[in-house]
Amino acid sequence: MTAIPADSAPKDRRRLAVHRVEIGDRIYEILTTACALVVPALVTAIAIAIFAAAWPALTKLSASIITSSDWDVGAGRFGAAPALFGTIVSSAVALVIATPLAIGVAIFLSEFSPRWLRQPVGFLVDLLAAVPSVVYGLWGIFVLIPMLREHVMPFLRDTLHLGATPFFSGAAYGPSMLAAGVILAIMALPYISAVSREVLLAVPRSQREAALALGATRWEMIRDAVVPYAKSGIIGGIMLGLGRALGETMAVTMVIGNRPEISASLFAPGYTMASLIANEFSEATSDLHLSALMAVGAVLFIITLIVNAIARWLVWQVSRERAI
Amino acid sequence: MRTRTSRHWLSGVMIGLTYLAAILATLPLLLILAHLIGKGASSLSLSFFTNMPKPVGETGGGMANAIVGTLILIGIASLIGLPIGIGGGIYLSEKRRTPLAHTVRFLSDVLNGLPSIVMGIFAWEFLVRPAGHFSALAGGAAVGAMMIPLVTRTTEEMLRVVPTSLREAALALGYPKWRTSLSVVLRTALAGIATGALVAVARIAGETAPLLFTAFGNQFWSTSVHEPIAALPLQIFTYAISPYDEWHAQAWAGALVLITIVLVISLAARVVTRSRFGAAVD
Repeated sequence: MTAIPADSAPKDRRRLAVHRVEIGDRIYEILTTACALVVPALVTAIAIAIFAAAWPALTKLSASIITSSDWDVGAGRFGAAPALFGTIVSSAVALVIATPLAIGVAIFLSEFSPRWLRQPVGFLVDLLAAVPSVVYGLWGIFVLIPMLREHVMPFLRDTLHLGATPFFSGAAYGPSMLAAGVILAIMALPYISAVSREVLLAVPRSQREAALALGATRWEMIRDAVVPYAKSGIIGGIMLGLGRALGETMAVTMVIGNRPEISASLFAPGYTMASLIANEFSEATSDLHLSALMAVGAVLFIITLIVNAIARWLVWQVSRERAI
Repeated sequence: MRTRTSRHWLSGVMIGLTYLAAILATLPLLLILAHLIGKGASSLSLSFFTNMPKPVGETGGGMANAIVGTLILIGIASLIGLPIGIGGGIYLSEKRRTPLAHTVRFLSDVLNGLPSIVMGIFAWEFLVRPAGHFSALAGGAAVGAMMIPLVTRTTEEMLRVVPTSLREAALALGYPKWRTSLSVVLRTALAGIATGALVAVARIAGETAPLLFTAFGNQFWSTSVHEPIAALPLQIFTYAISPYDEWHAQAWAGALVLITIVLVISLAARVVTRSRFGAAVD
């Protein structure tokens, strides 16, 4: 009788220890899995909440929400075409300005920069991404817009005679699609250049050496052997910058002029989907108004989702090739 | 057919252009910093940090409530974003190839690219509307949610570089998996994770759009998490678009304070990385 408890005690304790370890691992696994599940849960919740809130407007207004230019809150007409147009045009202007600069910097940093300059220049460009958007907006209002109005716009219109084209015509008030494009260019630049630099550095040395051995100049080496190799990654970086520009809110709201009109001229004020929401959401007067703004948010959500997914896919392709 | 010299000439020009691109790309930051110091420093005084905002026409107003509000919002956001983000990162690094891991990785990137204004209206719909009022909690949750994907991905990256041999050694010594993960793997990567956390904090410190319809802003002193709360970025926005010169001056001063906070955190992130991976990072 006495032998049994004496014998079973250590066995029990051992089993208990094993058991406890399993419980610890189990709890740890459950906790980390729960944390990981938060991300899909958030995305799902965002999609459902925004589409549910946008539903009344989507059923009542259907496609007119993005095809009509008539945004009249009092009359219950919500056509956000000018905002969609402004979002696309301001981002396009931003890419036209930022892409060559960003790729230029990336090539400089990966190929030509003296060693001592690499870190500081890279850091300064990266820091552009850390500047809060409201600070860009403030700078845009009080420094960039006066500069564009006094110097850049008259120069483009009169000195270069671009005023003859519809894109650079009309009075230079200041707050404009051009101002938004320039601010967005500065904000998108660090994203494009960071990804481009990364993929350029991933191009194998042999690729460069082969081109040089064939008698290529350094530029020909970049153009024919390095950039083609990194192309899809660079395009991915541009798409990433585009995603940022499309959804940017504060800085754009502060410099674009917030006028819901479609104009060919970049000198004219405009509107974007993000700034439309920022301006009207807290003062939404009716349920339909609120729902229409949610619908604008839903459109913005879908557009940025598609652009970001393409960007990730392109960048991922490059890193997968590298891994093989 | 071009001659050898013209090809070299072109090469020189193009290389020169990349130098020019580097100069042009660093110019905006230097200009912005110069203007912030030039226009903001003169309005910065002790009273800016200790006084409340004053109505137009009265001098000596400050942003004490907005500075404290921003710190509270950062605190709430970190309490939500950091644990969940680090936990998610641990999951991704330990279960690298499960379907959930692939989904989480992809959706983190999607969430990372989500426009902040969309996060703002979501937080309004999800937190403010049911509660019936704006609150610091809703604002902090909105920006905290923005931290999650960022922290998740950087944590995963940092844990991934921890050598497997370390993990195996701990397991061989009889450590349970969870202790191996926490006190060996996580501890080894701590500096990297701290860097990721700091970068995430720096990024959300200046966020404005998600706060517009959640924290809302407050002209009065409030530290309650259930009340609308002032925030530096919101205050800068309100003052910048106002027509008053003295408010513009205040906006510049506020922006100088905000960018100082952000830059100090960014620099700290860099220093943490350096001290730990000093040899690896150039």
